[in-house]
Amino acid sequence: MAQYWNIFTQLQVASPPHDNPATDDPIPYRTKFKTLSKLIGWFGNAQLGPIYLGPLGIASIATGLIAFEVIGLNMWASVGWSVKEFIRQLPWLALEPPAPSNGLKFPPLAEGGWWLVAGFFLTVSILLWWLRTYRRAKALGMGTHLAWAFAAAIWLYLVLGFFRPLLMGSWGEAVPFGIFPHLDWTAALSIRYGNLFYNPFHALSIVFLYGSTLLFAMHGATVLALSHLGGEREIGQIVDRGTAAERGGLFWRWTMGFNATFESIHRWAWWFAVLCPLTGGIGILLTGTAVDNWYLWAVKHDFAPQYPAAYQILPDPAKLPENARFEVQP
Amino acid sequence: MTFTIKLTGVIVTVLLVMGTVLAFKKTSAYQHGYPGTAMDLVQSDAELAQKLKANTVPAALPQVPAGGPLAVDTYQNVQVLGHLSVAEFGRTMAALTTWVSPQQGCAYCHNVANMASDEVYAKVVARRMLQMTMHINQDWQQHVKGTGVTCYTCHRGNPVPAYVWFNGPSNDPSARPMMQGRGVQNAAAKDVGLASLPSNAFETFLAGNTSIRVQGNAPLPSEANNRHSIKQTEWTYGLMMHMSNSLGVNCTYCHNTRSMGEWETSPPQRTTAWYGIRMVRDLNNQYLTPLTDVFPAYRKGPHGDAPKLNCATCHNNAYKPLLGVSMLKDYTVLAEAKPQPAKTPVEPPPAEGAAPTEGAAPTPAPDAPAPAPAQ
Repeated sequence: MAQYWNIFTQLQVASPPHDNPATDDPIPYRTKFKTLSKLIGWFGNAQLGPIYLGPLGIASIATGLIAFEVIGLNMWASVGWSVKEFIRQLPWLALEPPAPSNGLKFPPLAEGGWWLVAGFFLTVSILLWWLRTYRRAKALGMGTHLAWAFAAAIWLYLVLGFFRPLLMGSWGEAVPFGIFPHLDWTAALSIRYGNLFYNPFHALSIVFLYGSTLLFAMHGATVLALSHLGGEREIGQIVDRGTAAERGGLFWRWTMGFNATFESIHRWAWWFAVLCPLTGGIGILLTGTAVDNWYLWAVKHDFAPQYPAAYQILPDPAKLPENARFEVQP
Repeated sequence: MTFTIKLTGVIVTVLLVMGTVLAFKKTSAYQHGYPGTAMDLVQSDAELAQKLKANTVPAALPQVPAGGPLAVDTYQNVQVLGHLSVAEFGRTMAALTTWVSPQQGCAYCHNVANMASDEVYAKVVARRMLQMTMHINQDWQQHVKGTGVTCYTCHRGNPVPAYVWFNGPSNDPSARPMMQGRGVQNAAAKDVGLASLPSNAFETFLAGNTSIRVQGNAPLPSEANNRHSIKQTEWTYGLMMHMSNSLGVNCTYCHNTRSMGEWETSPPQRTTAWYGIRMVRDLNNQYLTPLTDVFPAYRKGPHGDAPKLNCATCHNNAYKPLLGVSMLKDYTVLAEAKPQPAKTPVEPPPAEGAAPTEGAAPTPAPDAPAPAPAQ
């Protein structure tokens, strides 16, 4: 039995690496480099290259590199160009968006201008890469499912860094570039807007996120469990009776009453994955623009339950007349 | 080959499991909200044991009999404790020494050749800190309740308390032309629990009085009219991380975290903390910052400002300083500032101008009552 529990590909077939099939595209955009690698063969197909870059790919990498450099150099500058400190503090460093007082104006480079520059080039890079996934799929005669799934992720990215700041009238509402800084920003967003857990679109997004991992695990486990029967040859097995695929279907029908097919399971997975950023993006877009305090919104719409108090409830000290002397600046 | 891989796998797994088990600290949770709402105070058992040890209260000095001559009549230049009897005055000074400068002794504040002299800066600071202690115990009972504070609450045997703060680094763009500086955030700062949050929220909130509240009081933007930004929220968040660290508690100690802003569901500790923030602001602005010119350069921050206090200065990582044990009850002279009695005239009265030049005589309060015995 244990021989079916493999982390790596068991059997690698070695043959001279082959050229990719001809398409309508001019061939020079493919690299000449191609080789076989036993190492990558453990994880996937053993052939490395040729890779197709093309004008879109090259432009995408170039603009992406500009964004990467702008972000990285600003981070490096923020530790006084110290290499040691740059490495040591890298997870904390950031390129911050402009202060909210700048609104949607282009501020001086050192005060958030670089953030706009980096954001512009990163967005161009991502959109070019999207176009490339679309065009490569077309060139191969594929459907464009990958491009549209990628577009769902780009939607969330654009909502966070572009659409929502535009609607709020301030670039300062956008996410900083940085490892910990963007996480702290996420927590601050939730605190500022009254707890994002009461945002129904946030809830939907989590359902699809966790649902995706569940479906992925169910599907992966089913196919691996059928591999000794040839279960990974999914498509050829769909139409025939008595195949590994049919056993997989039977397993799920027995255990949960109904089953996906080897075709429909991929539709389930695709929609779960796509709906995660799609619903999440809607939730973020509504935050601050349509709803200011999600908790109070949930109270208003009767889906935040009220619990009995377990401790003494005191009045808000800021509202007591004797505390007027502590008046704060806005 | 296969055997080696399997053996390596087993060894790695065992090490990972052991590492995981050992890395976790045993914790205790104290539930203080409605069941099922996760209103728990979670604390590490090992840290709790450490805290108990670190917050042991020193034995009180023996009480002295009441009565006897007053300090104001016996010593020169006694400005705050002149109303005490000589014995009580001596006991208070001895206590101060054990609390603040046990190694350095009286000489930390006094020129021992002339105890009345104000030439040592620490004496001027200590006098002001005595007044501050009295002010806290007298006027800030909404925060310190009857427990009160003494010098030991913050000092713990150190001339400078373990936790003080200075103004943070300024964001000087000229140092790095054209590039974005870090400002005061995005560094691994201990004050904010090693997050990348703004780490000198103290200047803004504990010296300045910028609004801490960022959440709106209505569901919709049109009703809430709330223009606080996410960036501003990060400042509030930074201050809250400091408070959480300083008290060794998690957010739910003061907040019902389903709705951080709402008072109607918050634990009463939040009210105590609210007054605490105002108290710290008051103390920094009325007591510490005015001492800036008194402190020597080596006691000041990189920007030349006086050391200031925050929540950690008193709390020292405990939810209540010294875990709620009151030292004030043994040193009631610190409970409130008393009007200073005039020097009792002695017969025959000294000639005008014969007072010693070093150290001014105490200024008599305009409505000084008859000398009262120490409480």
